[in-house]
Amino acid sequence: MKKIQILGTGCPKCKKLAENAEAAIKDLGIEYSLEKVTEINEIMKFGVMMTPALAIDGLVKSVGKVISPDEIKKMLNDVISSGGCEAAEVEKS
Amino acid sequence: MEKIMCGQEQCCTVSPKLIFACSGAADVGEIADRAARKLTKDGIGKMFCLAGIGGRVDGIMKTTESAEKILAMDGCPLNCVKNCLEQAGFNKFMYLQLSDLGFEKGRSPATEDNINKVSQKAVEILKPNAG
Repeated sequence: MKKIQILGTGCPKCKKLAENAEAAIKDLGIEYSLEKVTEINEIMKFGVMMTPALAIDGLVKSVGKVISPDEIKKMLNDVISSGGCEAAEVEKS
Repeated sequence: MEKIMCGQEQCCTVSPKLIFACSGAADVGEIADRAARKLTKDGIGKMFCLAGIGGRVDGIMKTTESAEKILAMDGCPLNCVKNCLEQAGFNKFMYLQLSDLGFEKGRSPATEDNINKVSQKAVEILKPNAG
């Protein structure tokens, strides 16, 4: 999967969260795709009832708030340290 | 999902009041389950999946963490909903135990009257300024 998903219908908070996620990806210099999930039925498939939300590699990490680039970087670093990034490299190759 | 509007753009969804019912096999489980569904239909709160808490499903866990209020409804004194939430790390929630309302397992048919009694009590618990 190897992607960040922004779950939200496209309001200013959702857009801000997407900007913060882009900033986090850029700062860390990692290759992660960014996907915006705007359909409510698709959002609810994640078990999410409140937006904006953020998922990394399909796992929901934050719900109902705009988290900062630093918070997103910490989440990404946790994923990387648990082997998520290595798995991404294997998949790419 | 309930939405609010900000300006011309559709805004983010608001923090929900989540309702977890035991939905157990016994008659009192059915009452709790159907009361939770009625409360959702009536717009009082949103019934949410207790199994998702048990299974530690990330989206359901994170949504529950962000809820405005949580109401746990147990059908009997085994307190499965209460225990399930607490074991998942949720300690701040409102609680409705059907036995406190006089419902006894095996002797409480899931009639409309019984379901209404439970849902009315839940409305009282969930109303603004309560809890």
